[in-house]
Amino acid sequence: MIQVLFWFFAVLAGASALLTVTRRNPVSSALWLIGTFFSLAAIYTLLGAFFIGIIQILVYAGAIMVLFLFVIMLLNLGNDHEADIRSHTWKALAGGGALVMLAMLARIFAGGEPASPLGRTAGPDVLAAQVAEHGTVGAIAVPMYGEYMILLQATAILLLIACVGAVVLAKRKV
Amino acid sequence: MTLLFQEAAHAATEAGGHAAFHPVAPWLILLLPLVGFVVNGLMSVLAARRALPVLPPVGDPHWDAHHESSEQEGHDHGTRPSPVDAAAADHAHGGHDDAHDAHDHPAGPKPWTHTLPSLVAPGVLLAAFALAVVNWLAMRDFMHGAGEHPAFEPSVAFNWMPVGELQVWAALLLDPLSMLMTLIITGVGSLIHIFSIGYMKEDPGYPRFMAYLNLFVFFMLVLVLGASYPLMFVGWEGVGLCSYLLIGFWFKERANADAGKKAFIVNRIGDFGFLIAMFLIFANLGTLDFASHAGSGMRSVFEAAPGALPYAGAVVTAICLFLFLGAAGKSAQIPLYVWLPDAMAGPTPVSALIHAATMVTAGVYLVVRSSVLFTLAPAASLVVALVGALTAIFAATIGLKQWDIKKVLAYSTVSQLGFMFAAVGMGAYVAGVFHLMTHAFFKACLFLGSGAVIHAMHHALHATHNPADAQDMRNMGGLRKYLPVTFATMGIATLAIAGVPPFAGFFSKDEIIGAAWLGAEGHSAFSRASLFGIPGTWWMGFIGGTLSLAAFMTAFYMGRMMIYTFFGDNRTGETERRHLHEGNWTLTLPLVVLAALSTVGGFLNVEDVPIVRWFDFGQGAALHHWLHPVIAGSEDVIRSQFGEAPEAAHHAWPIILAIVIGLGGLALAWMMLARRRLRTADQEPAYTSAPERVLYNKYYIDELYDSLVVRPVGALSRMYAAFDRYFIDGLVDFFGRLAQGLGMLAGRAQTGLLNTYAFVIIVGVLVVLGSFVAL
Amino acid sequence: MPLSWTLALSAILFSIGTFGVVIRRNAIILFMCVELMLNAVNLAFVGLSPYAGIQGQVYVFFVIAVAAAEAAVGLAIIISVFRHSESVDIKNFRLLRW
Repeated sequence: MIQVLFWFFAVLAGASALLTVTRRNPVSSALWLIGTFFSLAAIYTLLGAFFIGIIQILVYAGAIMVLFLFVIMLLNLGNDHEADIRSHTWKALAGGGALVMLAMLARIFAGGEPASPLGRTAGPDVLAAQVAEHGTVGAIAVPMYGEYMILLQATAILLLIACVGAVVLAKRKV
Repeated sequence: MTLLFQEAAHAATEAGGHAAFHPVAPWLILLLPLVGFVVNGLMSVLAARRALPVLPPVGDPHWDAHHESSEQEGHDHGTRPSPVDAAAADHAHGGHDDAHDAHDHPAGPKPWTHTLPSLVAPGVLLAAFALAVVNWLAMRDFMHGAGEHPAFEPSVAFNWMPVGELQVWAALLLDPLSMLMTLIITGVGSLIHIFSIGYMKEDPGYPRFMAYLNLFVFFMLVLVLGASYPLMFVGWEGVGLCSYLLIGFWFKERANADAGKKAFIVNRIGDFGFLIAMFLIFANLGTLDFASHAGSGMRSVFEAAPGALPYAGAVVTAICLFLFLGAAGKSAQIPLYVWLPDAMAGPTPVSALIHAATMVTAGVYLVVRSSVLFTLAPAASLVVALVGALTAIFAATIGLKQWDIKKVLAYSTVSQLGFMFAAVGMGAYVAGVFHLMTHAFFKACLFLGSGAVIHAMHHALHATHNPADAQDMRNMGGLRKYLPVTFATMGIATLAIAGVPPFAGFFSKDEIIGAAWLGAEGHSAFSRASLFGIPGTWWMGFIGGTLSLAAFMTAFYMGRMMIYTFFGDNRTGETERRHLHEGNWTLTLPLVVLAALSTVGGFLNVEDVPIVRWFDFGQGAALHHWLHPVIAGSEDVIRSQFGEAPEAAHHAWPIILAIVIGLGGLALAWMMLARRRLRTADQEPAYTSAPERVLYNKYYIDELYDSLVVRPVGALSRMYAAFDRYFIDGLVDFFGRLAQGLGMLAGRAQTGLLNTYAFVIIVGVLVVLGSFVAL
Repeated sequence: MPLSWTLALSAILFSIGTFGVVIRRNAIILFMCVELMLNAVNLAFVGLSPYAGIQGQVYVFFVIAVAAAEAAVGLAIIISVFRHSESVDIKNFRLLRW
């Protein structure tokens, strides 16, 4: 069942991503991107990362993509948009590059399922143990507020600076 | 202080052995003119600064010149440029016209920058002269007591250039020869400085002029007092610089600046010879000093040379010929004489001091100073004598047809320098120095006299705004009525240069020509040598004849100059004539003193020769005895080479011939020219016959040099310039363009389009990833 | 559900994002493609977290935060650029070239 769902969402994510890239209208691109995000959120959930899945929907699909759409509307790019896709030469180059990249990644997995990814042999049980101990949210929160405290603070400052910077940049008269 | 200590230590070491002469403060003689230069130079800089025009303040649109000046008048009298300074600032009408231009400037007290040099410049010279006289008296006493071989040691100050083997000491050598030169330089120099006050005081550049004159005297003293060839060369170059500065003193006029450049460049050719000679001397003898000095280790070239250099060898001949090239450049001998006539573009006191009395005789001094070397090289000496004799007659012929009073005197100077070189080239060193001295007297007198004439003429022509040439003899005539003192003094000097007894030139010139006749009989050190296969006696005979002819021409053209200038009717003009008058005492006093010296100067060296010995008043050939220590080295060379020379028998006929020549030349000039009705410069017809034209145009030598040297060098330079511009610059431009083109090509990769950059990044990632995968 | 499936999907999404970055000129769509690539990486993190531990998910959290900041600033820049030249097509912003 889980595998069926994974395939369904995986195909959905890939198709949405392709449509995101190829739609000429920025609004439809944005909407297809939201589709990708939803599919990914579902896959996260299937992988057992429930909190990340929720965050994905709340922050990415809810906040960031709304911001994108808002900007598109603000700049009135929804209709009478210019054609912005580059020539076939570039399409061929870009497609070639993407395929080469895929081929290389595929080459890595050509040998079958990796026995010990990242040099660890622990397997899915590790995560399950941590989740069992702290709960889904707590499993992330404990290292984040303990081990990664300074990183968290730095990210908070980064967000603050981004807020100020966005306001300064977008204001008409500083 | 160190100088004093060294002198004291020196005296202590010398007390035991034989005593050497100790000059009194020799460095002070040098320093006095230098101090004068510094003070006067400061004055000229101050005067020039004060004369700068008031510039409007930058960026002030409301600035108004009139408002500014009226404000200055109201409040600030002190800083307003005085009329004289203002003239110095624009200096626009340059040339002779503004030399004594009292007319244009409103009368008023001169600024202090223009009055102080009148005291400082002659003051330091007179002080230096007084010091020289003190030294001279001390040296005279010393030589009386020192016996046969008086010793003269250099006064060493410090080691100037310790470069390996080469040790150049800052040392002064005050021996009889440099003593005589110092007396001439400071004495005649003082008189010319006094003359300059009257002649130049109205010139806007007066302090600058006096500064240059002082600097010249300083360098000239370095030249004659320096105790080694390098130190002499310092003075040699310094006087060349001052000559350049003073010839081009009125540099606003192009011709004057060009004349200065010509003098400088022609002198460089001579300096090249001097330098090569110094290199050769150092390479062969390892020293460049004139005298030995135990304390510092200075070694005399002249003591080392007879042992180290073979008699009549190739090396010593080359040294002497290169030295003579240097001397020919400085002393205006063939083929490097062309700069001296052009040098008359400078103010007349400069012509008198530098281009007649002192600097141009530096070459003679050089040869006499190196007499040991020249005695060792008889062929080179004969070349010197021959060139001197040819120069003498060559310049004399040109002098016959010149109209410019200063040009006549300039060619006369070249001719007389030729006499001096002929003398020293025949081994008659004392005769050469003797003529140098008398020539300094009478030629300075003649030049200053011509300066007084030009001054008066200029004044008169200027008063009526007549554009006629103040130096052209065709515009003069009958000036003896208006300039009696100048006439009398120039007349005496003319008699002296013509060789009329008992004036100074008679004795010196006669001694030179007499030396030639004696040499022709085989009594000269170089009679036995040969040049180009012709024996020295023949050359000497030829030189004697040439010099006699040159002396005759000298008498003739000097008579011509006097007749055209002072006799006949005045051609200056009716109104101008009323303005002709003698200058003030600063102009006449030096003339009188120099005329007196021209009269009695010859008695200094009366040889025991028929007729001449009538003028022996107990002094005998004093100059011969005086200079004997300097010449002794060369006499030793002759003695070791030939043994004792037999006493020469003097004949009476050369003396009678000399007198006939001198009087005959003057008489011929009087007979041919006194009655001639000359017209003014603009009316007198130009020379028509071919010989006259050739002489008037100086044998077209300048044109010849122009086509033979100047133009080819110019063409070559233009070729190199083109090579530089098109090939070298082209090569540089090519590499610049290459880099530019490559940059343009590489710049195409910078499309400015983000996608391209992203793609390039991706390609890079793929390469890195690929390398991971492949490994 | 094998790990390789997750990673393969991540690779496919990343390649699609890359493809988009190269062929599109619209600045906003470029941003979206970048977000897509970020999500592909997030997927790889999450897929690996059962093996590497909970840190993988913590990193995803940080990536999301940084992506939010980046989107805010980037969109602000696009707005001000648009005000300047009435366009978001990056072919009009090529000042930085030869």
